[in-house]
Amino acid sequence: MEKEEYYLELNDRPVLFEKATNVNSVFFDEANKQVFAVRSGGATGVVVKGPEDRIPISFRMEDKGEVKCIKFSLGNKILAVQRTAKSVDFINLIQDYSQLEYSQECKTKNAKILGFCWTSATEIVFITDQGIEFYQVLAEKRTLKFLKSQSINVNWYMYCPESSVILLSTANLCNVLQPFHFRSGTLSKMAKFEIELPVSSIKPAKISERDIAMATIYGQLYVLFLRHHAKASSSPGAEVVLYHLPREGSCKKTHILKLNRTGKFALNVVDNLVVVHHQDTETSVIFDIRLRGESDGTVVLHQPVLPARSIHPYNIPLTGPAAVAGQLPIPCKLYSSSWIVFQPDIIISASEGYLWYLRIKLQPIVHMLTDKGRLMDFLLQRKDCKAVILSVCSQMLSEKDRASLPVIATVFDKLNCEYKKYLEAEHSYTVAVETSQGRSNALVKRPVRGQAVIDQSDMYTHVLSVFTDLKEAPHKFIIAVLMEYIRSLNQFQIPVQHYLYELVIKTLVQHNLFYMLHQFLQYHVLSDSKPLACLLLSLESVYPPAHQLSLDMLKRLSTANDEIVEVLLSKHQVLAALRFVRSIGGHDSISARKFLDAAKQASDDMLFYTVFRFFEQRNQRLRGNPNFTPGEHCEEHVTFFRQQFGEQAMLKISSA
Amino acid sequence: MAFAVQEKHYGPSLLSFFIYNPKFGQREGEEENKILFYHPNDIEKNEKIKNVGLCEAIVQFTRTFNPTKPAQSLHTQKNRQFFHEPEEGFWMIMVVKNPVVEKQKDGKTVLEYQEDELLDKVYSSVLQQCYKMYKLFNGTFNKAMETGGVTLLKDRLEKFFHRYLQTLHMQFCDLLDVFSGISFFPLDKMTYLKIQSFINRIEESLNLVKYTAFLYNDQLIWSGLEQEDMRILYKYLTTSLFPRYIEPELAGRDSPIRPEMPGNLQHYGRFLTGPLNLNDPEAKFRFPKIFVNTEETYEELHLIVYKAMSASVCFMIDASVQLTPDFCRKLDSLVGPQLTVLASDICEQYNINRRISGSEKEPQFKFIYFNHMNLAEKSTIHLKKTPSISLTSVQPELMKILGDINSDFTRVDEDEEIIVKAMSDYWIVGKKSDQRELYVILNQKNSNLIEVNDEIKKLCATQFNNIFFLD
Repeated sequence: MEKEEYYLELNDRPVLFEKATNVNSVFFDEANKQVFAVRSGGATGVVVKGPEDRIPISFRMEDKGEVKCIKFSLGNKILAVQRTAKSVDFINLIQDYSQLEYSQECKTKNAKILGFCWTSATEIVFITDQGIEFYQVLAEKRTLKFLKSQSINVNWYMYCPESSVILLSTANLCNVLQPFHFRSGTLSKMAKFEIELPVSSIKPAKISERDIAMATIYGQLYVLFLRHHAKASSSPGAEVVLYHLPREGSCKKTHILKLNRTGKFALNVVDNLVVVHHQDTETSVIFDIRLRGESDGTVVLHQPVLPARSIHPYNIPLTGPAAVAGQLPIPCKLYSSSWIVFQPDIIISASEGYLWYLRIKLQPIVHMLTDKGRLMDFLLQRKDCKAVILSVCSQMLSEKDRASLPVIATVFDKLNCEYKKYLEAEHSYTVAVETSQGRSNALVKRPVRGQAVIDQSDMYTHVLSVFTDLKEAPHKFIIAVLMEYIRSLNQFQIPVQHYLYELVIKTLVQHNLFYMLHQFLQYHVLSDSKPLACLLLSLESVYPPAHQLSLDMLKRLSTANDEIVEVLLSKHQVLAALRFVRSIGGHDSISARKFLDAAKQASDDMLFYTVFRFFEQRNQRLRGNPNFTPGEHCEEHVTFFRQQFGEQAMLKISSA
Repeated sequence: MAFAVQEKHYGPSLLSFFIYNPKFGQREGEEENKILFYHPNDIEKNEKIKNVGLCEAIVQFTRTFNPTKPAQSLHTQKNRQFFHEPEEGFWMIMVVKNPVVEKQKDGKTVLEYQEDELLDKVYSSVLQQCYKMYKLFNGTFNKAMETGGVTLLKDRLEKFFHRYLQTLHMQFCDLLDVFSGISFFPLDKMTYLKIQSFINRIEESLNLVKYTAFLYNDQLIWSGLEQEDMRILYKYLTTSLFPRYIEPELAGRDSPIRPEMPGNLQHYGRFLTGPLNLNDPEAKFRFPKIFVNTEETYEELHLIVYKAMSASVCFMIDASVQLTPDFCRKLDSLVGPQLTVLASDICEQYNINRRISGSEKEPQFKFIYFNHMNLAEKSTIHLKKTPSISLTSVQPELMKILGDINSDFTRVDEDEEIIVKAMSDYWIVGKKSDQRELYVILNQKNSNLIEVNDEIKKLCATQFNNIFFLD
């Protein structure tokens, strides 16, 4: 069991690159997630490997000095290389375009370029110690067009490619942060904010860029600040402070993640979870800001979701001649000091030449989080949760790990809450599409059905029908579980599918609990439907009252009048059928033959006489003549009537 | 002083009630042994033996005409005698005095016996109910014989019927005794499901509980017991147990609100059977025992009735289990708070539904509805039951017509409709559709038959539109 407790792992298909040495420099571009291995300034080759690229991009460039920064534009069309503090060089990698380098010096006098970021396929931002400069690259002309600039003292910067936001650190203590947002040629300044520094007698330390990260969590941009010493002296551990950075409006401190320890930390964000690695103990913890925490009204305090665990051990596969059979793979040193983490989920070991994506493993968490309600809250927010959630549901109903009904109810409610949200989104989408009639369709987006949407058919197929078929649970429990699920669906006003009712009925019938079934139907807990009414009809032989229940249901449906007539005729209740048809006003159009057939089968002369007379009178009323028309195919019955009751019993044409 | 003709009416009353088994005293001189119970007890022994002998003779005689269905009742000028053989060889006899009108004629008192007033079906049902009630609390006669012989059986019969017969009120028996139905509490689906959920959870945490029944306002919402057992238990709860508690509550005594206990929510729950005060060291933790499923599994159960506000729950637990004070306290702390919340939910939801459907207004029609399939019964004729009597709002004459129509319905299987105009000019309509019966009393003296028929159609369309009820 112990080994199954690792809930974080490195993906098994890492990006391999040539390890960093004094002749080989390694660079990582967060925007394209590419690793650049630059040998001898590029003269002996540049190898670029991205996450999806099977074949690395490799090329050579002239060695014009030490490369400080190297990045492709989005789409790998233009390469930008910074070799000096003054300028950035460009190389087009477009067919038919000149591959001659061109260069752009920074505009601001005496400024030093700290770095640059591509914000699109052709737009680039230079960050200097005195501000930012925004350019458009005109590749065919091999020149850059200046777009905009901002002057500000910059200590260091950070770029979040997912949200195209550059964060600049300014002020003496680096604690004032100024974000900028870039979008198709425009640069917008977002609200500036200040990170509170610990109030202490000692001179406060500057804020290092190592303690700041930017990431998108649940669709929102956050700045994560690793505070090594909590403000309150009572809790000596470090903490991560989350600042929410809205597109508009001011930045707010919203969450504090308690680490309860001190030392060297690194941050990642995986599947909307904040992962904090701790080098000293070689373990990591995860935080979910959507889970309930302690709140003081503005800031929510979170504890780790789970106890700290190491990342799952990773073996370096052997390749080449060393890979002799029988030789064990070498375990990789985790939490090594040569590790560098990048947002959101990248870990790079430059010394070994590996780039991994950090992944979360849900299955081990199922056993670690014993509070099922919290477990569901956690799982429902994860990307690949469906199979795990369904397995949790199956498990909590199994004999070995059976949960109590209140727990089961809580789980069902959480699932259905999510299910309902999706149904509502789907509904308003349909309404929007219908009302707009194709106009401005771009505005309404079809809601995406995430894995957390566990609908009735999922539950039926993977959990409930399996569970009832196993029959390891007492029937009382089975019924209680099914009713609990139906209750939960009703609570969220989700129409219940009839196969769930069928499951309830099947279980009740198997255990001869007909009176229970009767009571459920009496209170309309099992909603009316034709399939259900038919199912009830089939139960009549084992439980006679099912007949009445079925007829009542058909009556309420009000679309099943034909079925009612058929049911009554099949029971030879011909008069009842006729009276019913008359009460709904359908007696002028019904087939006389059908009723006469049924009356004859009942072998009751009085009944046949009555039914025959009824139709004679109808003929008289509709056509002024009691005789049947040939189209009604009643000749056989007319003959029978004559035989039984004599010619004189036939209704005569009224001599009016 | 007026010299008007003075008439005095005496309703029907119980003359005697006895139980015997002919096999127990087959030899001459031992006839007394046949008698297992006799009320009134103070009549002479020979008289008892004579009456039992007469019954035996009648049964024996009528058996020659129908071996499987011997006499059920015997009509005489003064009395009506009812026969019932609930278990083989065991006969229960109930003799009811016919109603009497005392008239003054020429200065003399003349008694006029009204021989045709009593309805066989009504009193036969009352007699059958006597047995079922006995069986509910004592089990079958045969079981008592097996356990402790005649002595035990006699002892049980004496203990039970001595009290039970006092609660029989012959003058108030009517059609509802024939139906012996169950009034169901109207409830929306969601609240019903909440109750289901509550019951399932309680049964899970108190796994001793074998069956549960849930009532609100003396109306049934859920029964875990089978229909026939619930029918008689319902009768006991609504006519005997619950009424006993209404009066003290109305008088403001025995305030049910409970002091807040540490770690315990304030709630209104309390036991209607068993201990009155859980913290009383002297309190007895004994509950009535009931017998259910006597045909098959023959189960003996403790009956715990627990109430919070208008919601009552019956918990039934195997009688072999010793119920401890700890268990009762656990039940109280678990059920009390939940039931209190649930009861107020039901009340709230019920009021909302009533407002929506507009059914708070007095119904215009006086009717009795009964469904044989689920025993559902609804009456706007009967006022709320009190401990001793059930009051009706119509004349006995009309009630008798209802009973007559019902007897007619019993004779045939077909759906039927009967319309009667009473002497007092009321119209009375009886309808039978499949397993349902409906009786309506219309106070429209000048209506004709067609108008009455239309009225009934209207009533069916408004009150019974959600069931398949032919018109």
